[in-house]
Amino acid sequence: MKKFMNSADDFLKESLQGFGAAHQDIVNCNYDPNFITRATPTKEGKVALISGGGSGHEPMHGGLVGYGMLDAACPGFVFSSPTPDQMLAAAEKVDSGAGVLFIVKNYSGDVMNFQMAAEMMQGPNESVLTNDDVAVEDSSFTTGRRGVAATVVVEKIVGSLAEHGGSLQECKALGDKVNKNSGSMGVAFSSCTVPAAGKPNFDIGDDEMEFGVGIHGEPGRRRDKMKSAQEITNELLEAINEDLKPEANEEILLFVNGMGGTPLTELYLIYDNAKNMLDKKNIKISRSLVGNFCTSLEMQGASITLTKLDEELVKHWDSNVHTAAMRWGM
Amino acid sequence: MSVNFLIHRAKEIQAVIDANASEIEKLDQEIGDGDHIFNVQRGIKLVIELEAVIKDLPMSKALNQIAMKVLSGIGGSSGALFGTLFMTMAKGNDIDNGVDYKKAIEIFADGVEAVKQRGKADVGEKTMMDVLIPVSNCLKKGVDDNKDVKEILKEAIEVAEKGMFSTKDLLATKGRASFLGERAKGHIDPGARSSQLMIKTVCESVLNS
Repeated sequence: MKKFMNSADDFLKESLQGFGAAHQDIVNCNYDPNFITRATPTKEGKVALISGGGSGHEPMHGGLVGYGMLDAACPGFVFSSPTPDQMLAAAEKVDSGAGVLFIVKNYSGDVMNFQMAAEMMQGPNESVLTNDDVAVEDSSFTTGRRGVAATVVVEKIVGSLAEHGGSLQECKALGDKVNKNSGSMGVAFSSCTVPAAGKPNFDIGDDEMEFGVGIHGEPGRRRDKMKSAQEITNELLEAINEDLKPEANEEILLFVNGMGGTPLTELYLIYDNAKNMLDKKNIKISRSLVGNFCTSLEMQGASITLTKLDEELVKHWDSNVHTAAMRWGM
Repeated sequence: MSVNFLIHRAKEIQAVIDANASEIEKLDQEIGDGDHIFNVQRGIKLVIELEAVIKDLPMSKALNQIAMKVLSGIGGSSGALFGTLFMTMAKGNDIDNGVDYKKAIEIFADGVEAVKQRGKADVGEKTMMDVLIPVSNCLKKGVDDNKDVKEILKEAIEVAEKGMFSTKDLLATKGRASFLGERAKGHIDPGARSSQLMIKTVCESVLNS
């Protein structure tokens, strides 16, 4: 294992400290329990959005805390769910009285821990559970489909609605809608190594790829031999389209996400190849996002997310945002 | 059942789990990701370390402290499941005015039912529920049938062992072992083994007292 680290025990703490210091104009990091909030308190009457999950997927979720997106994020240890004490402490800090919306990726550990936090919370709260990964129905870490990169899209769009006065119920409904309108699938060329484990999560040959991989390197649909970028992109899109069924002339968001070890050069190449295929099917790419947003440590690989858009979703996608990882309009 | 009783049982469980640690670790390496024994040992250690904080607390508060400690200290799915068990037990009706064996069985059974809901796992899915659910049912039935407490506990020990061995031939549909499919067959579930050891320890301790 080669990593920038001093000790596995301090890995997360030092990374959080660096994150907090580098972005002190946007965020505030709290320790024991660990949670990240905006540098400024929640506006009165604004629904507070809280997400979280295992660390190792940066910038998700801490990098998505800020104006127009999350109010707080709870980072667990690497690839391990955060615990209810973190969520409760975060909620206490950011709830302005309008309620708390938890945005949770469908992974068993996350679901159980957020569920417990919701039960223990005094004030009004709701949860949006993302399950956009079309690769597998059940997996080694989930019952049902996994929640992956579309969580970023949910956080952007619902974050905008909350910023513009949406109620708790309206925010929950919009979150569910974005999740339902989204489909994702990923592929990995190499594994990733959890610092505390010290060895790769899975073995993969030089000429192989894991098709439909999860964001912790967990198995997907099948192990394939390497193919061309256009072939891989086509297969990812076919799997998503089969599930999402976008119609001809329907407008979509095309989100090409890097998993940590794939350069932007290749992500843009995937974008080009995806555009080729979507153009042929007359599916209209109306908004785009390319970059490393929902990563899996140093894993080489990428995922594609499509979100079907309507006027409401476009409006909230375009609205101002200012977080460590996403910034436009301001 | 007093808070002191809980602390003493936790210490006995620690000794038994430590003595069987390598076996449990091996089971987990075969079908899981190898961290189960580590989680269990850490959880028990955290509970024992609470002794000074909880020893003079009423039962409901002590159980709640234990719940929060295992929740935040173990983390992940295991923390949530064990946290749910203790948190539900803490909500037991009137437990601050004394807990006799019938009450203890009642709140344990409520706890197991809550864990079943939380993890959405039932008997036959190759998890610790293959031990906990039959044991809970056996204890409740013993009380309903007005059996002698010693007889109930002896039965519970047998039921726990049977449940633990039953996981050997099951196909996993929950937890990390599930993606192994047929490959997980023939292996005892590590969570079933550790919970069987805990049940056995507590029951034997009461029988020998």
